[in-house]
Parts: sequence; C-alpha cells; structure tokens
Amino acid sequence: MQFMNKVAAIVWKDILVEMKTKETFSSMFVFALLTIVIFNFAFQLRVHEINLVAPGVLWVAITFAGVLGLTRSFIREKDRGCLEGLMLCPVDRAAIYTGKALGNLIFMLMMELIALPLFAVFFNLPILIPSLLLVTLLGTIGFAGVGTLFSAIAVNTRAREVMLPILFFPIVIPVVIAAVKATGVILDGGTEDLSNWLNLLVAFDVIFAAISFLCFEFVVEE
Amino acid sequence: MSWAIEISGITKYYGNNLVLKGIDLQVAEGEKLTVVGPNGAGKTTLLKILATISRPASGTVTIAGFDLREQAVHVRRNIGVISHQTYLYNDLSVLENLRFFARMYDVLDADARVEDLVQRVGLKHRMHDAVGTLSRGMQQRVCIARAAIHNPPVLLLDEPDTGLDQQASELLRNVLLGFDDQRRTVIMTTHNLELGLRMCDRVAILARGKIRHVEPRESTGVDGFRRTYDELTGAQT
Repeated sequence: MQFMNKVAAIVWKDILVEMKTKETFSSMFVFALLTIVIFNFAFQLRVHEINLVAPGVLWVAITFAGVLGLTRSFIREKDRGCLEGLMLCPVDRAAIYTGKALGNLIFMLMMELIALPLFAVFFNLPILIPSLLLVTLLGTIGFAGVGTLFSAIAVNTRAREVMLPILFFPIVIPVVIAAVKATGVILDGGTEDLSNWLNLLVAFDVIFAAISFLCFEFVVEE
Repeated sequence: MSWAIEISGITKYYGNNLVLKGIDLQVAEGEKLTVVGPNGAGKTTLLKILATISRPASGTVTIAGFDLREQAVHVRRNIGVISHQTYLYNDLSVLENLRFFARMYDVLDADARVEDLVQRVGLKHRMHDAVGTLSRGMQQRVCIARAAIHNPPVLLLDEPDTGLDQQASELLRNVLLGFDDQRRTVIMTTHNLELGLRMCDRVAILARGKIRHVEPRESTGVDGFRRTYDELTGAQT
C-alpha cells in the first residue's frame, strides 16, 4: 500500500510538472502528427495499397514520438539533482522506477489518444477496433517499461539525447515488430497469427518490465 | 557514548581510482562535525555514501542504529540532505515541492507541517511561486525546508553555501542553527574553513581519501587550524 502511495505521488508530480511546462506532451504530439502527415503525403503519391504501409507508419510515429518523451523524462530529473532528491526518499528504488514508467506510459497514451484518430482520418482506416486498441496498449506498455530503464541509463551519458535511441531501439525491436505485424493483421480484417503476436507482446511486457523493475536500482546508484 | 553515525573502513573506487581509502569516523548524537578538505579529497563521495546514493566498495556505516547496506530505507528516513544542488523541481511552486516530498516521507498532517516550514524559512510570501523564479538564496532556504520536512535526527550538508553570496550564506547559517528546537546530529563538508569552524563541535580534515586530523572546535583557533590544514593538504588557503 505504501509502495503504491509513493508511486502515485511520483506519477502525480510528473503530471503536475507536465501540466505547467507542456514540454513532453506537446513535443511528442507534434512529432507524431508530423510523421503521420509526412508519410501520408509521401505514400499517397506512390502506394496504392495503403493498408500495407499504414501499420508501419503508425508505429514509427508512436516509437519516435515516444523516444522524445522518454528522453525528457529523466533529463528533467537530472537537471537540478532531482533524481538524487528522489533517491534520498525512504522508498524502494523500484517505486521510483514504477512511478516514472507509469508517468511515461500515461504521456504516451495521451499522445496516442489524439494521434490515433488523426491517423484514421489521414489514412482513411478504422481504429475503433478493440483488438487494435489492445495491441496499441500492449505495445506502449512494453515501450514505456523498457524505455524508462534506458532513459535512466542514457541520462548519465554525455550525449544523452543521442544515446537513448541507440541503446534502446535494438532492445525494443521485438515489441515494434510484434505491434506492426499485429496491427497489419487487424487492419486487414484477419485473425490469423494475431494471437501469436499478442502473446509475444504480453511476454515481452512481463519479462522486460520485471527485469527493468529489478535492475533500476543498479542503474541509478553509483 | 551513543553514536548517531558510525563509519568504519569505508572505501570507494571510481573506475580504478581509489577515492576513499578507509574512512573511520564516529559522530555522537547531537554533535556537529565539519569535514574540510581540498577539491577531490572525497568529501562529496563520503556524503553521497552516507546519503545512500552511492555504494561503498567496502566498510560499514551505521546511522541512527540502522545499517546502511541492509536497512537503507530506514537510514533515509533518519537523514536530511542539503547540498549545493537543491533537489527541487523548478517548475513547481514552493508548496507543491514541499507537499510532494512530505508525501514521499509519509509526513503526518503534511499541510500543517509544510506551512510551518515555509514560515520558518521566511518564504510564506513566495510559497505559491515557482521555485525557478526564486533567488539562489531563497531556493536554498526551500532546500532546507525540504531536508527537514520529516524532522530527521541527522542532517548531512554538502557544501551548502556554494554559490551563495556572503549575505545569503549568513542567512543560511542562521536558518540552519536556529531552524528549530531540535538538536540534530550534523555532518557538514565545506571548503570554507571559517564557516566550517563556526558551525561545528568538532572538525575533521579529509585529504587524499583519508581522515588526516580530527579535533574539537574549542581547542582550535582559525589561524592554527589553517596551518594544520595547509600542512596536511599541501594547500595554501
């Protein structure tokens, strides 16, 4: 109970900071919007089967916009020594990880809440399909969960904005592949292999969330 | 005598560089110890270990009866840390920052405690302002309130006067010494010999990763201590 109370305090603090600065959400949203618009124009000129490229476009927008948010997540903590301030609090390091990961997940889901309808409009595709929303949720959980750990690692390096995608993308490739494939299957109206990709997403989420939860302490302590 | 802080054989490496070479130190309950030393002596590293932010390579530390390695959460509950970094969120107001930390420390009746602290550090008129809009001295006062929010028996001060002008530094000293009625155990590191001597019961010299000298303040004059410091550190203060 105490653990969750601390997690909630960290999440609320991140939301409060974001409500005042609007730095993370606005940059993520604008990036996702621009990606969708640019790909829409690019592919409408050359591609006749938009269904073939739409899943890739959607997940490129989500992953790259997500990295922007993840980068900000720990830079904000590091700038004034706030991460050390958090580490001084009488809480398990795992509570700090969980709070930051949940905060990142919420910001990414908020961005997707607006980006998905825009994607539907630009690509003329349905998005109000429960299985598609489930894939988006599972993909985002995996992305934010592992991304939070790597954001904490990258923030201690010199070129931290560059280091995060370099370190993080190779690890998160299974999530991106599974999410793109599952989205493709759903947009094609099929169900074949969908459960396999969903299982892969769930397995990745559980395994990597557990690893990140356990490793965070060693990442943030000197 | 009961010790609030017991440090025994602490070593710390950064890469292959041995920064702390076996620190042994005891601080009694309610005692104020100042640790002085030149840049790179290991002062901040020592305080980071005591604050549970950094792990020692070897040695043991007990704070308020709790072992640093085995009972880190209990240790954190018993310490307050003030550094040259404020550990505050610039975009949040003074009140929002303190309320957040009050929640993290499970402070009972948090709103009353926060208001009381804001009053004590003399920032009631700025409590709704974002911390980023305050002067350095004011931010340091909020930092003092943050460190004391859970009423810790032990305070760790890592060069708390860095970046402050003389007036703000004096204010910091007054706020620290007359902050409340609690007789806290304090370890402070500083470059500033005069400030360090004024604020302590005992003073220690840390140089090249080891405690080289410890003596009570009453047996120490500033000039005599300065000579000892120069001899042991090879510095010209």
